Order: sequence, then structure tokens, then C-alpha cells
Amino acid sequence: MAAATKVYPDATAALFDMVDGVSLMSGGFGLCGIPENSIAEIARRGVKNLHAISNNIGNSGRGLAVLLKNRQISEATCSYVGGNPDLEEQMLANEVKVNLVPQGTFAERMRAAGMGIRAFYTPTGYGTPIAEGKETREFDKPCVLEYPLRADFAIIKAQRGDTYGNLWFKETARNFSPLQAMAAGVTIAEVEELVELGEIRGEDVHLPGIFVQRIYQGANYQNTIEIPIYAGE
Amino acid sequence: MVWTKEQMADEIVGMLTDGCSLNLGIGMPTLIAERLPAERQVFIHSENGVLGVEGRPTRETISPTLINAGKESISVRSGVSYFDSATSFGIIRGGHIDFCVLGGMQVDVRGSLANWMIPGKKVTGMGGAMDLVHGAKRVIVMLTHFAKDGSGKLMARCTWPLTGVGVVHTVITELGIFSPTGTAFRVDKLADGVSADDLWLPAELLC
Repeated sequence: MAAATKVYPDATAALFDMVDGVSLMSGGFGLCGIPENSIAEIARRGVKNLHAISNNIGNSGRGLAVLLKNRQISEATCSYVGGNPDLEEQMLANEVKVNLVPQGTFAERMRAAGMGIRAFYTPTGYGTPIAEGKETREFDKPCVLEYPLRADFAIIKAQRGDTYGNLWFKETARNFSPLQAMAAGVTIAEVEELVELGEIRGEDVHLPGIFVQRIYQGANYQNTIEIPIYAGE
Repeated sequence: MVWTKEQMADEIVGMLTDGCSLNLGIGMPTLIAERLPAERQVFIHSENGVLGVEGRPTRETISPTLINAGKESISVRSGVSYFDSATSFGIIRGGHIDFCVLGGMQVDVRGSLANWMIPGKKVTGMGGAMDLVHGAKRVIVMLTHFAKDGSGKLMARCTWPLTGVGVVHTVITELGIFSPTGTAFRVDKLADGVSADDLWLPAELLC
């Protein structure tokens, strides 16, 4: 790519080459830390036949569930379907192919993809339907062989990012985003605050900018709390 | 008298060691966070990337980036830390969590657990449960004794797809506390006034 800078003006510019049929990792746990602007842009572009790779594929009609409602997702890789009636419905109707992956294996497969690990053994899932057809091996306990998980694109969101793509995440909003950034060919980060180099101290960088190809400042964040529960109420 | 959910949570609080690390699953187990006295110095882990969950926030302190694995708002204690999901599951799989309390749909005498799908009826997904049952030093399953159709959830062999084989150490229901031995459930404690007959388990499955 000829661009000397990673900084894009907005989601429309940053997602210019998002086309039908791509695999797409999307950060967030439930609706916490989801890339709201990039998801809205994908909905607007109307690209179809996407393979979405995200822990929950949205929740309760929000987040990636918007793309499910638009019938833009044909395959989903995730660990949890509960709380996402759109996905459950389309899965049971065979409209979306769903690959369920245990959450720790899901995270580690993306980490492995980014870190150059070709495969790994984990006890997770041994003796369950998840292990069917997979190689197993006995260590101190029986384990299942798992392979890296990659994608064409990752869309992630951080609280703060600099022009090199160094990111700082707030509280539990980090979740899968750094792993997805490592595992994807092109990572597009949106941030609430885009700052100059040096404004995030090196020690405070959660994801080094080398894993981020494009960055833009998002707008109009909803930051939905799915289940607000208050002390003493 | 059968135990209330709060009494079940208090029974589990009684099993915990001071200063331990604890992971709480979605649903009933989250009640434990609210029942746990601060002086126990327990660090509660939630797999979405936090160690140091405390209880619930106020309307002033609530934050969209402070949630547990059930996507509920939480408050955090001093000494809290946040991390990505690979580290979070490294903490779990690496054996660094002392206690884990999970919900369940079926549990059997081998200590096998089913909690993520009912064939043809319901699929929630396993989330982090398959990792948790292999990683935590002590796996506690907290569930109601009977399903809505009246069938028992403690059984000789789980009939639904498993979360893990031979992974559960302790089972708590509103009727008592049980340990799977491989061939039966050892009765560790019964709620006041509950007898073995109330468990609706064949005698050969009890010891």
C-alpha cells in the first residue's frame, strides 16, 4: 500500500476494500468493546457472505447482530450463542453455518496465528463433541490438537490510539481485540481518542502499533451496558 | 427446608480459602460475589479479562467497560487487573485459579458435566466452560436439583453433550452438597430437614 500514514479520516475510508466473502474478526465481549463505527459501515456498504469471527456475533439485535439481521453473515465462528436470538434462529434454520469453539481455544487459536505457532495441544474439549475428528494425544492428561485461526480483516476498538496504531484499552474492553489484530491480514482500529505519537507512554501500550494497519477516530459511541445491575437495588 | 440461592452461595463461600482466586460462571454463581465478605481477600476472576471483581456498581460508578462474563455491570476491588482473553484463559488453563463455580444442566457420578446444549432444543454454546473445567484446581457445580420437567440433574451418566469428562469435584443443589466418586455421589452435607429420600437418586448412586 502506498499510503505513508495509517490514519484514515473515517470508517468509510478505512474499510474501502471490504468486499463480499471476506473473513472478518470483530473485537468485543458481548457489546463491550465492539467496533461500533466499523460495524455500521459494513451494514451501510451491504457486503454479503461474510464469515464473522467474534465471541458473541453481537447480542440482542445490536453489534454484529445488525449484520445478521441484514443477512450479511453466512458463517460465524464464536463461543457463545446465548443472548443472541438472531444467531440462534438463523443457526437452527441453517441460514448461517456456526462453528462453536471453546472460548479459551478461540482466543489461543488467534494468538497462535499471530505468534507463529503452528498448532497446540489443549485438554479443553477432550471427550466432548468439540474433539470429534480431531487428533488427540495423551500428556499428563488427554489433549486435543488445535490449529491457528486467521482472517482477512480484523475490526477492533480501543479507547485511545496514536498515529502509529499503538492502542490502549479501557478496563475489560480489551478482551479478544489484541489477539484478533495479530491474527488478521489487515487490522482496522477505531478509537475514541486519536492522539499524537508519544501521548501514550510506551509502558502503557497494550497492543503495539505493528499489529495495526489502519486507524481512525470513531464517533457517536453508544457503549451499551447489556445488563446494568446496581448495588442494593 | 431446602436452601435458598443465597444459602447455597453462602455454603460455597464457606468452602473458599482466604486469599484464593475464584472464577464465577454465568447465572447463579455470580451471587457469590455479592455474598463474599471483603475481609476474605478473595480475588474474583471473570474470563472476559478481569481479576478483582467485587460486587455491583452504584449509579455513579457504573461503567460500560466494567462487566463480567455474563455481561452484567460489576464493581472492582483495589488491586484489580485487566488483560486480554488469551491471558485470561492462560490464567485458567495454566492452573492458576483455585476455585471455579459453574452452572450446569446435568452432572454425573464420574464428575462429568453437560451445560451448553440440549440436542434439538437449545444451544447456548460452551463459552469458557470447557476451559474452566480443565483449568481450575477445584471445580464446583451449582445447580437446581431438579429440571423443570421434574427429572433429576444428578445422574449415572449425562445424556446431553458433555462440557468435560471427570472434571467436577463438588456439586451443590438446594438439597445438599455432593462429591462425584466415579461410581456414586458421596453426600457431604444435606440442608436441614432434607433426607436421602428427597434426592430422588437410586441407592446405588449414593454413598
